Amino acid sequence: MKYDYTINVSLNRPEKGKYILPLLKGLFYTLKQLFTKPITIEYPTKKREVSKRWRGLHRLKTDDKGKLKCVACGLCAAICPSDAIKVCPYEEEGGERYPKEFIIDEIRCIFCGFCAEACPMDAIELTGVYDYVDYNRSDFIFDISKLKTPEEFIFKGK
Amino acid sequence: MIEFLLITIIKALVIIGITFLIVAYSTWFERKLLGHIQLRHGPMRVGFHGLLQPIADGIKSLFKEDVIPENADTPVFLMAPMISLSAAILLLSVIPFGPPIYIPIIEREFTLCLADIDIGILFVLGISTIGAYGCMLGGWSSGNKYGVIGGLRSSAQMISYELPLVLSVIPIIMVSGTSSLVEIVQSQAGLWNVVKCPFTFIAFILSVICGLAELNRTPFDMAEAEAELACGYNVEYSSLKFALFFIAEYMHMFIFAAITTTLFLGGWQGPEIPFIGAGLSGLFYFSIKTFLIIFIFIWERATFPRLRYDEVMQFGWKILFPVSLVNILFTGLWLLTFN
Repeated sequence: MKYDYTINVSLNRPEKGKYILPLLKGLFYTLKQLFTKPITIEYPTKKREVSKRWRGLHRLKTDDKGKLKCVACGLCAAICPSDAIKVCPYEEEGGERYPKEFIIDEIRCIFCGFCAEACPMDAIELTGVYDYVDYNRSDFIFDISKLKTPEEFIFKGK
Repeated sequence: MIEFLLITIIKALVIIGITFLIVAYSTWFERKLLGHIQLRHGPMRVGFHGLLQPIADGIKSLFKEDVIPENADTPVFLMAPMISLSAAILLLSVIPFGPPIYIPIIEREFTLCLADIDIGILFVLGISTIGAYGCMLGGWSSGNKYGVIGGLRSSAQMISYELPLVLSVIPIIMVSGTSSLVEIVQSQAGLWNVVKCPFTFIAFILSVICGLAELNRTPFDMAEAEAELACGYNVEYSSLKFALFFIAEYMHMFIFAAITTTLFLGGWQGPEIPFIGAGLSGLFYFSIKTFLIIFIFIWERATFPRLRYDEVMQFGWKILFPVSLVNILFTGLWLLTFN
């Protein structure tokens, strides 16, 4: 004999001709399942909670007075591996330095979170918003006004 | 004469219309039930709990592009879904849906059965086999290997399961002493055929199993076998023609459930509900029983795995066929001793 061994797929498998009871058991089990609550989360109306550390759309944080924390140092743009951040600094005479332009291309972004880690002022963070949809590529290029309120872009269906 | 024709035409239209509605909603019911058994919701978006889903599906398939493959045998390809559906619709004509119903406004009594023919059972068994031609011709003419295999399988399976189905129905004819469907229901007034004697109960189980195979439903859905055959005999069908096959399949399911109700579960028989009259309460009992059978079909679909093709054939010829033959013999002996 070439093959003198057997492989048992399952040791407590019913023998041949003894399938009736397992089949009835199966019927009983499916009937029981019919009266349990579905575990589906109806996506656009109900959503699963994301982790606190979830890396979604960016937010530019503001301080108590509503001013941007960002000082336009450009570290985030420098560390960004996908070259998605563009910062344009501006400084008035004797005043504070702030970004005149802060653009994140959310299509280029790989949501690694390096920008948030590199930021010395803790001015940028990644939020839990993960389902932004829109019609044009240009809609995904976020400027300061869009970056301040990423919660507005949560997909609510339709 | 004209009055008779008019009444018959109106009855036929009403029956076909209601059946189409039932067919549409049995697809909804099946999806919903399968979903809940698998801890899902099933259709939820279109209308309240997906109640408009069948209508949306219908509109979708109506507006889809109708493709006829290059290799197809066009006339046969066009004819196959029509054969399938018309065989199913033809069967509707003999099902007794309820006792005669009296409508007081026009002071007339109507039978809730399009035609009460003496050979009702034979008619049902004969016409239901024609449905197999739809599958076979559809698969064969579409010029696709999956279609051919699916068509071959379904025709072989239907032919081999037709035999035990016919044989399992014979005890009912013996017990009732008639082959007219209306009279069979009337003969079950006191006791349903399932519980009349142990052998009619066996006949009931046999005929449900054979019916599953006839309808190409799950433990025996060789013809469709998604995993191996893509979709079986209807791979190449699209648009309305696919919808026709689909409707025919579900209509066969409804009809089989109705026939099983008629033959084994006492048709419209049941304690009369007060205030609504014998006609409506009969209709109510008929639909409840039919619904139950459909529920069982869907329930087992969610449970049982598909058999292998040779196992299906072996089961049909080596187990169901002899058992149903012996069953007839024992029913005869039972009748001889107790009547």
